[in-house]
Parts: sequence; structure tokens; C-alpha cells
Amino acid sequence: MANQRQLKSGIKRILSRNGNDSAMLVSILQDTQSEFGYLSREAITEVSKQLSIPLTQAYSVATFFKAFSLIPKGKHQIHVCLGTACHVRGADKILDTVERELGIKPGESDKELNFSLDTVNCVGACALGPIVIIDGKYSGEMKIEAVKPLLDSYK
Amino acid sequence: MNRLSSVKELEELRKSIVQKRDVKKTVVNICGGTGCLALGCTDVIQAFKDEVDARNLGDQVDIRVSGCPGFCERGTILTIEPQNIFYQRVKRKDVAEIVSQTLVDGKIVERLLYPDLATGKRVVHENEVPFYTKQKRLLLANSSRSDPENIDDYVYFGGYAALAKVLGGMKPEEVIEEVKASGLRGRGGGGFPTGRKWETTRHAEGDIKYVICNCDEGDPGAFMDRSLMEGNPHSVLEGMIIGAYAIGSPEGYIYVRNEYPMAVKNAGIALKAAEEYGLLGDNILGSGFNFHVKISRGGGAFVCGESTALMASLEGKVGEPRAKYIHTSEKGLWDRPSNLNNVETWANVPLIINNGAKWFAGIGTAGSKGTKIFSLVGKVRNTGLVEVPMGISLREIIFDIGGGIPGNKKFKAVQTGGPSGGFIPENLLDLKVDFDELTRVGSMMGSGAMIVMDETNCMVDMAKYFITFLLGESCGKCLPCREGLKQMHRILTRITDGEGTMADIELAEKLCSTMLDTSLCGLGASAPNPVLTSLRYFRDEWLAHVNEKRCPAKVCKALITYNITEKCPNCGLCVKACPEGAIAAQGKKKPVLLDQEKCIKCGTCYDVCNLGAVQVK
Repeated sequence: MANQRQLKSGIKRILSRNGNDSAMLVSILQDTQSEFGYLSREAITEVSKQLSIPLTQAYSVATFFKAFSLIPKGKHQIHVCLGTACHVRGADKILDTVERELGIKPGESDKELNFSLDTVNCVGACALGPIVIIDGKYSGEMKIEAVKPLLDSYK
Repeated sequence: MNRLSSVKELEELRKSIVQKRDVKKTVVNICGGTGCLALGCTDVIQAFKDEVDARNLGDQVDIRVSGCPGFCERGTILTIEPQNIFYQRVKRKDVAEIVSQTLVDGKIVERLLYPDLATGKRVVHENEVPFYTKQKRLLLANSSRSDPENIDDYVYFGGYAALAKVLGGMKPEEVIEEVKASGLRGRGGGGFPTGRKWETTRHAEGDIKYVICNCDEGDPGAFMDRSLMEGNPHSVLEGMIIGAYAIGSPEGYIYVRNEYPMAVKNAGIALKAAEEYGLLGDNILGSGFNFHVKISRGGGAFVCGESTALMASLEGKVGEPRAKYIHTSEKGLWDRPSNLNNVETWANVPLIINNGAKWFAGIGTAGSKGTKIFSLVGKVRNTGLVEVPMGISLREIIFDIGGGIPGNKKFKAVQTGGPSGGFIPENLLDLKVDFDELTRVGSMMGSGAMIVMDETNCMVDMAKYFITFLLGESCGKCLPCREGLKQMHRILTRITDGEGTMADIELAEKLCSTMLDTSLCGLGASAPNPVLTSLRYFRDEWLAHVNEKRCPAKVCKALITYNITEKCPNCGLCVKACPEGAIAAQGKKKPVLLDQEKCIKCGTCYDVCNLGAVQVK
């Protein structure tokens, strides 16, 4: 958890990398989330302050796009693809299994902040569906019985 | 790198690159695209590097990480030059054998060759693989032989020759006429004549105009643009520079969706390399033409694939579309004339300039010229990217190139056009793929996703899937889409839960027609297509759900039960696997017992049973 000073200086750097331009708001929020793990209320407030834009505008963009999380993320990011090709190959059953194993729904993180679960609408690896991505590592041709071993390897 | 200050210098550079390339030297081209990444290509690449080092073969063997050739079903793919040997499904443990057998001893490793699906005969050379031979690969031709991070590979295959031709003596209006004459239509889904869009933007009022590349590729199941942007970013960039010259634009954007990190990375590398060579930036090739490009990432919103929503996002705003009675060619990004085209559209431009509009117009049908890349996925044996001339039939794509349906199942439907498109049944499979033909039957070309379904897919469930997807992606600005999708979702859930009535179907049809007529943008206006085509061609399934509370495909959970049959010998696999502990052993050689009250219909027992003892009713 970053303190106010770290937040302020970190965001200052991010803003200067993005030309201090409010048109780059999506990119700025992405960089902020990358650096601090998620978009806290303090982070969004600091971004709007430094960019001199209304807080509502920053919140509006932060809550519109799926890439942003306003809650702390777990140590491991799990993305289950629910694109059409994956759906046709049973992705919804894979998602059900992951939800059951971890006890969380998409958009949530578990209590110990080990895992965060999200769905994604197609990552472009459709030939290998259903796909589960953990921390950027892709696991294709997922089967229901392979879910628990995969998750266990991260525990 | 020396900055090229004239067309002549580019040609001299090309000559020296061609001369330097030893066509007799052994090169192992390993696909580094996202699909092969998911199948472990990083390990394969490292293993090759380690093995070649260990055997001191560095002088005789080059290793190239290539772009995505699209045959993802068979990844990790590699091609060995100069013999053109094609190995597929390569794993790290195969590498040592490939090096010693093929690279050192010149022998083929049979088991890694592609097996013809009909005869089982192994195919040795890349250009003989049936999946490829039946395609017309123009855009994807060089991906498996080029490193997308190396601009010299692009130049080697004739890259930037089109730009040189344009800057070396064509007027902007001539370029536009050429693109118009080619008949190129937008490949993102709209199918709008590209040349006409360029012309409108050129004539629009304003000194500053923008050129935008739409790499948001949000249609689930589509990955053509991913492959092009990851595997051959220069082909897209060259098209953009030519377009910018024709339109008179000094500034461009490549908008890449957030979920494509490799595409973002490779586009960035390409921009930098092009700038270093003087092919992008100020005074391109000494012509006096200036054009700069920035990359912008999406934030994870399907609606940002829509041009006005994309431009709003570029302005740092929420991705909400606006009504298009004033086109973006007149007022787009920052209210200035903006020409937005899809990745594949841009990549076609260098081909048209190099080979001529007449050549391009000679491919395809009267209304749809050139080739189209489709992502053939779902219940099909050869999943991957298929580049074919417009006018080929769906049957040829799915059965001849795609190899048909796996597991001896029966074809049911193919969905084209993503969430904006529709389902096409078996009796229409001889339809010629063409913008207008697909629209005529209720679907559309869309961006190119082609999803095949078999008898185990429920067409009501599929309609619900698309509505659920769009409900989550709707921006919420206009009522028909926002409320229409919500109500449609409720109706479809009632039907798949076994609580639907005929009145629900009638209401769904009415809702569809309202959304079509009154939605603000294409998302809402085309959302009815999957529902309407599902009703049009598979009405009997809807009637079964509503009148008989039965799901013919045995998919809708509320309407099916899992049962253990007499075949069960009590092996215990399902007992262990059941997440709810709903299955109990009954004693030796007696079938296990499934407690229906506890059963959550997850399908795990059906999946783990090797003896076919689990039945779905």
C-alpha cells in the first residue's frame, strides 16, 4: 500500500511520461494501476488534481473501462476468457470451476489477496480455447479437471 | 541505422539486404505469436538457442522468431529454411532431436510433420500443407519467414516499395483513385468503400486531419488483426503512411486494445525502426512529407471498436459513441476530419499500390474485391487464420480448409460477424462469402470471426451468450440498447431456465425490431442479429424450450439432468471428481449413485468418465 508521498511522486512521473495531457487519461490510469496495483480513491483523486480535471471525469473513465480495478488486486491475476470460440468449447464450465475453487466471482479478490478473478472477452488465441491466463501466462485447451492443479500450483 | 533520404537510397538498402541474406543458410523460423506463446514457444525458442550453442552450430544455423502464420491449432509451429520443412506441435522436448536429426544429419523427424486429415500421410513442406495450399495468402504470406521486430526482414520481402512508388511520383489524388478503382472495402465490419472514405476526408474542411488505425478487434473469436499487428506491423504502417499522404494528414494513431500486449509492443518497435530509417516522421524519404504516429491503448471496452467511441477514448473521455449524421471524415477526433480504417484494410494498401488496382479487382466477386482473413474457430478441426479470395463458399472454408467437424459430430451452424452478425445453417453452406451475400441471409461479414457450431451447441444458449456479452459491453448512453439488452437478457434467461412462453418469443422479436431502428450506434442496432437469425433458422429449438421445456442440444442446465447408467463399473473417477460430493459408490461392480438434489450440472462427471457411463437427458 503506497503512502501519499509515493503516490504523489509516482503519479507525477507517470503524467510527465504521458505529456501531462488529459487526453492520455486512459493510458495514465493504466500506468497508475500498473505501478500501484489498483486505482485507489487516493490515486484517482491525485490524478485528477495533477491533471486539473474534475474528479467525476477521472472516476467516469476509471469505472467505464474493464481494465481498471478500484479494489486491491490479489497476488495472482486470473483471467478466464469468455469469447465466443471459448464459450463454444465450454468456457462457462471452466469459469464455474474456478469460482468454486476460489470462492470468488469475477471482479473480486479472495480474502487473503492471493487471487483476483476477472473474465475477458477474447484474447485472440481462439484456436486454443478454452483459455485461462494467470499472471500473463496462457494455459490453453483447459479442461475442468485441470483447473484445480493449475490453481494449486500458484498457492 | 542510416536515415534514408531518398527513394533511391531505400532501393539501395533493399539490394544490400537481399545480397546479405544467405538463402542457402539454415534458418529455423519459430512462431512467436500469442497463440504459440500459449503453447510454450518461449521454451522451444530457448531450447533451440541452448542446443545450437552447445553444439557450436551458431555459424551454420540462424534462429528467427517469426510472426504468426495463423495455424494456431498446430502450434508451436516452425519452418526450416532453405528446405521449407514444416514442423508442428513442437514441444521443448523435441528440440534436441530436431537439431541432431534435421539440422545436423539432414533427416526428417516424421512424427512432427503435419498429417493429412483424410489420408494420414505426412506432409514435409510448408507449401504443401493442405490448410495453406487452399488459401490465397497475400497478407499472411511472409509472416512465417520474418521477424516482426526486424524491419530489414520486411524490406527484404519488398516492404516500403509501395511507399517509395507513391512518394516517388504519384499525386495524392492519383493514390486515392487507385484505391477507389481497386474496390477495397473496409475490413473492420462496415465494408465501406475505402477510397471514397479517403476522398471525403481529403476534401473535408480543415488544415489538420488525422489517420487512425483501429486495432481494437473486440469481436470475440477474431484474431486476424492481432496476427497482423504482432506478426507484420510494418505492412499496416506502410498502408497508413500512404493513406496519410493521400489524405494530407500529418498525424496518426494506432489504437490497440489492452488485451493485446504483444501487438502493442511490436507496433512500438516498428514505429521506432521506421522512424530511424526515415520512413516515418519528418521529411519521409526526402519527399518533404511529414507524418507522425502515436500508439494508444484501449481500456477493455468492446464499444471502443466503434469509430466515434474510439475517438472519444483517444480524447481521454469515456467511450460513448455519438450519432453519425455528421461523419467522422468531416468531424472526428477533436472535431477534425479523421480517417479511421481497420488493420487489415491498411495492410491491403501496399499490395494495391505495388500490384495495381486492376490486379486487386481481379480477385473476388463483383461487390467484394481482394482477399479476406477469417479466424476459423470453434468446432472445427483446423482452427486458425484462413486467408481466402472473396467469393469462396462457406463449405470450402469449413470443410476443405477447416477439415470439418471433429469427433464425427454433425455441423449445425456457423456464426459470422461477431456479436453483430448471425448464424448460418447447413442448407446455406454453399453461400459465396461476400459482403452483400452474407447480409442478405441475415448475417454480415464483420471483422472476420467465423465460429463453427455442432450438434452439441444450443442455438438458444448461443443467442443468450451474445446478448449477455453485449449487455456487459453496452455503454449505457441510449435507452434502446441499455434497456433493450437488459430485457432481452431477462427473456432469454426465462426461456433457457424453462420458464419461457410463446409471448416471450413474440416480445423478443418486437424488441429486436425496436433496437434495430432506434439504437444510437451499431452495437445496439446489430445486437438483434444473433437472436433474429437463431429464430429464423432454428425456431424448432426455441419452440422445444418454450413448449416442451426441453433443450434438444442438452446444454441448458435447468432443462437437463445427468444420469449414471448401468455401464458404470464403479471405477470411482467421478466420485472423486465431483465438486459437490453428489456421487456415492454403491459397492463393487454396482453403478455409482448420483444425488440429483446435490447435482449442480457442472458436467465434470461426464468429462472424466472414459466409459460413457454418464448420460445427459
